[in-house]
Amino acid sequence: MIEFKNIHKSFEDVHAVDDVSLRIEEGELFGFIGPDGAGKTTLFRMLNSLLIPDEGQINLFGLDPVKEYKKVRQIIGYMPGKFSLYYDLSIEENLQFFATVFGTTIEENYHLIEDIYKQIEPFKKRPAGKLSGGMKQKLALSCALIHKPRLLLLDEPTTGVDAVSRREFWEMLQKLKEKGITIVVSTPYMDEAGLCDRVALMQNGKIHAVAPPSEIVSQFSDPLYTIKVKNNYKSLQALRQWEFCENVYPFGETLHYLDKRNNVSADVIEAYLSSQQLTFDKVEMIQPDIEDCFIALTHNVG
Amino acid sequence: MNRFIAFVKKEFLHIFRDYRTMLILFIMPIAQILIFGFAITTEIKDASIAILDKSKDEVTRELTQKLLSSGYFNNDAYLTSESQIEPAFNDQRVKMVVVFEPEFGRNLQKEGTANVQLVCDASDPNQARMLSQFAEGIFASYASQGVVKGIQPEVRMFYNESLEGVYMSIPGIMAMILMLVSAMMTSISITREKEYGSMEVLLISPLKPLQIIMGKVTPYVMMALINAVSILALGYFVFGVPVKGSIILLLMECLLFTILALSLGILISTVAKNQMVAMFMSMFALMLPVILLSGFIFPVENMPLPLRIISNIIPPKWFIIIVKTIMLKGGGLLYVWKETLILIGFVVLFVTLSVKKFKIRLQ
Repeated sequence: MIEFKNIHKSFEDVHAVDDVSLRIEEGELFGFIGPDGAGKTTLFRMLNSLLIPDEGQINLFGLDPVKEYKKVRQIIGYMPGKFSLYYDLSIEENLQFFATVFGTTIEENYHLIEDIYKQIEPFKKRPAGKLSGGMKQKLALSCALIHKPRLLLLDEPTTGVDAVSRREFWEMLQKLKEKGITIVVSTPYMDEAGLCDRVALMQNGKIHAVAPPSEIVSQFSDPLYTIKVKNNYKSLQALRQWEFCENVYPFGETLHYLDKRNNVSADVIEAYLSSQQLTFDKVEMIQPDIEDCFIALTHNVG
Repeated sequence: MNRFIAFVKKEFLHIFRDYRTMLILFIMPIAQILIFGFAITTEIKDASIAILDKSKDEVTRELTQKLLSSGYFNNDAYLTSESQIEPAFNDQRVKMVVVFEPEFGRNLQKEGTANVQLVCDASDPNQARMLSQFAEGIFASYASQGVVKGIQPEVRMFYNESLEGVYMSIPGIMAMILMLVSAMMTSISITREKEYGSMEVLLISPLKPLQIIMGKVTPYVMMALINAVSILALGYFVFGVPVKGSIILLLMECLLFTILALSLGILISTVAKNQMVAMFMSMFALMLPVILLSGFIFPVENMPLPLRIISNIIPPKWFIIIVKTIMLKGGGLLYVWKETLILIGFVVLFVTLSVKKFKIRLQ
């Protein structure tokens, strides 16, 4: 079990982590979801003992990362946000180096990394600097896993990686979870939230919600409309000025719209758009996804 | 221990795979020593000399002719009395004055020996030594041609009589290169880990700070020693600078100095945030004092008092004294134990400081 209790951390005048308290169960795949600058990396670095919190306590499987940092460092597999292996060493040499440094051998824990490493093994003589983003990420994950950590701490592992590799990566995480490793991952991509057991929505150093993704979505009770219009910008402006508008924001190629009234229908919105001389294809009620929830949560705070 | 060996192996791979590092480590020292070495020797071409011939016989005229036709010397003036020697030097025209004793030719024939005095302007000690040696060589070859037993040249150095600073370049270059290779390369290689983010992973690993530092340093100790040996070899074979004292002792002192420079490099890396900063800090904080204040180029004795005091905290100054004593004077540990102790003191200071400053966390 991992527990954060009232964690604060500031850098000069920036309050990077602001009163964070939460619990992560052993064996969980837990996600921190939030935009860049939300404080995810700072939180991770306090968990893995690289930073000391200004206030509050962290309990990591019964260890205190501030006092017992040596023990903590033994049981964590950490993958920093930036690719931080050696560019001039080959895949094999990188893995060998980290295995030896963590006091183990590739053979001993090969079963853990086999699925991942097999995919990059054909290129094992290639320097890490010449690998594609997806391959670098697989190598970094192999290196973080080689000493059989109890906790795998992945800081934005899928940033800068193509869609196919991202999907593969999450499949790998599911498999690792089945092996009993606790995985804590951070990501700015909302679509990845649904793949976690539980997520924490984070912004400006604060946690807005901690729950399974499905629960977060089901808590979203207000009717949400998607509006497909010809001119997104003009429609956005017009809707924002409407007195009943709770929130409206671009979502991909469409607009998502929330009304202040509970029993509003698509016809009413269509009528308003027509009255504003705006042409639209279709207004329809939809199920919110995690991104809508995130926007709603952070909108209420702001 | 396995961890440590793996770390050292990784460091060697970094060095061997980066051609720029290899260039700095191996080509630059050789280039530097050749450039510095030849910059000093090549100046002996057409040096202006003056002749004070008190004998004016056939032999002195022949000798003068030989000197001037050798290609090394240009006659600037014929002097008539000793009082003209100093003004000639002061005019900065003449580098050496050749003084033949009266009755030079007759003495040579009668007694088999005759005296000639070579007065040099030793404010440029390297050149002075070079000029007098060439002149002596010319006299010697004349004497060996038969008839006479010998000409006794008596060399006198003006302004810098003990000729402090000859062969200065080899110990100086050695100090400079060992400093550069060791301090700059380690500080860069440690800050590189910070810059690439791999330090974050190393810190998380069970490696102890001391292991990380030692692992970084070990390859460079070896590289620096190879450099020291190649500098000595180049000095000996290309420039004829001898090692009069014990080579083992000299290499041990080099090792000590290398460790000192490395600990300085580590200290820099604990302060510097990235490779650029580390490089500039090594350049300005280390290279310039080494070149200017250690006595490498400007003799410490000639400096104003404040600089002389500052020069005491410049480690290379002590190293240069040690190397000079061992190489040129053939002195043993008995003669350099004080300087050696000072170096050891510096090492202890810097290592303690850098292990203390090495952060086990970020920030």
